[in-house]
Amino acid sequence: MEIGLSHYLTVAAILFTIGVLGIFVNRKNIIVILMSVELMLLSVNINLVAFSVFLSDLTGQIFALFVLTVAAAEAAIGLAILVVYFRNRGSIAVEDIHMMKG
Amino acid sequence: MIVQALAFYLFAAVTVAAAFMVIVARNPVHSVLFLILTFFNAAGLFVLIGAEFLAMILVVVYVGAVAVLFLFVVMMLDIDFVELRQGFLQYVPIGAVIGLILVAELILVIGANSAGDASAAGSALSSSFPPVSEVSNTDALGRLIYTEYAYLFEAAGMVLLVAMIGAIVLTLRQRPGVRKQNISAQVSRRREDGVELRDVKPGQGI
Repeated sequence: MEIGLSHYLTVAAILFTIGVLGIFVNRKNIIVILMSVELMLLSVNINLVAFSVFLSDLTGQIFALFVLTVAAAEAAIGLAILVVYFRNRGSIAVEDIHMMKG
Repeated sequence: MIVQALAFYLFAAVTVAAAFMVIVARNPVHSVLFLILTFFNAAGLFVLIGAEFLAMILVVVYVGAVAVLFLFVVMMLDIDFVELRQGFLQYVPIGAVIGLILVAELILVIGANSAGDASAAGSALSSSFPPVSEVSNTDALGRLIYTEYAYLFEAAGMVLLVAMIGAIVLTLRQRPGVRKQNISAQVSRRREDGVELRDVKPGQGI
C-alpha cells in the first residue's frame, strides 16, 4: 500500500471540484464563494507540493509559498470590498452587484 | 509504511469531508470552522509528504489570519443567513453537472498519468519519498528563497504591503460629527488664546 503521487493528485482534484461546486451552489452567499476560492487555491498548493516532493525539486514549494501569499492578499482585499459593499447597501446579495455601474 | 498509508487516508478523508461541509453548511460561521478543519488536515498531508515548512505556514497564515478574518467579517456583518440560502437547491443540478464533468476530466488526466508513462517518468514519479538529506526542508527552502528567488520574495512582500494598504484605505471612513483630539492645536495653544484679563471695578460685576 504505497502512497504515491496519484493519491495526492486525486485529493487535490476532489478538493478543486468541491471548490467549483461551492461557487455554483452558493450563488447568493459571497462569503462562501470566497471560501470556495480558498479551497481551490489549497488544492493547487497540494498539487504543487506533491509534484515538488515526488520530482525532488524545491521550486514547487517556493511557488506554493507565493500562491499562499497571493491567496492571503486576495482574501484581505475581497473581505474589505465586501465590508464596504455591505456598508453601502446593507446586504451582500450577489445578484445586486450588477447595479454597481461606473 | 502501513501507518503512513493510514495517516494519509485519515487526513485525506477528513480534508475532503470538511471541504464538502464548507459549501453545504447552513451557517457561514460553521463554514469558516470547517474551512479551518480543512486547512489543518491539509497541513497534516503536507507534513506527511515531507513539506514541514509549508505545513506550518499553512497553519499560521490560513488558520491564524485568513480564517479568523473570515470569522470576523461573518460575525460583524449583520446578514440574514436564511435569505441567503434561497435558491440553493435551484443551483444544485447545474453545479452537479459541472462538478461531474470536472472530476471525470481530472480522473482521466490522473489515470493517464499513472498508467501511461509508467516506464520512464512514472517510475521516478511514483517512487517512494526521496531520502532524507542532512538539511531539513525549512533549511533548504530558506537557502533557495534568499538566494535564487530573492527578488520574487520581495515582490511577494510588496503584494502583501499593497493588500494591507488597500484594505485599510477601503474600510477607513471619516464619520461626521465625531469629536477627535487635535494634538497640534492643543500643543500650539498660547497663553494669549486662553486667558483674558479684564479690569473689574470693585462692587460691580463684569
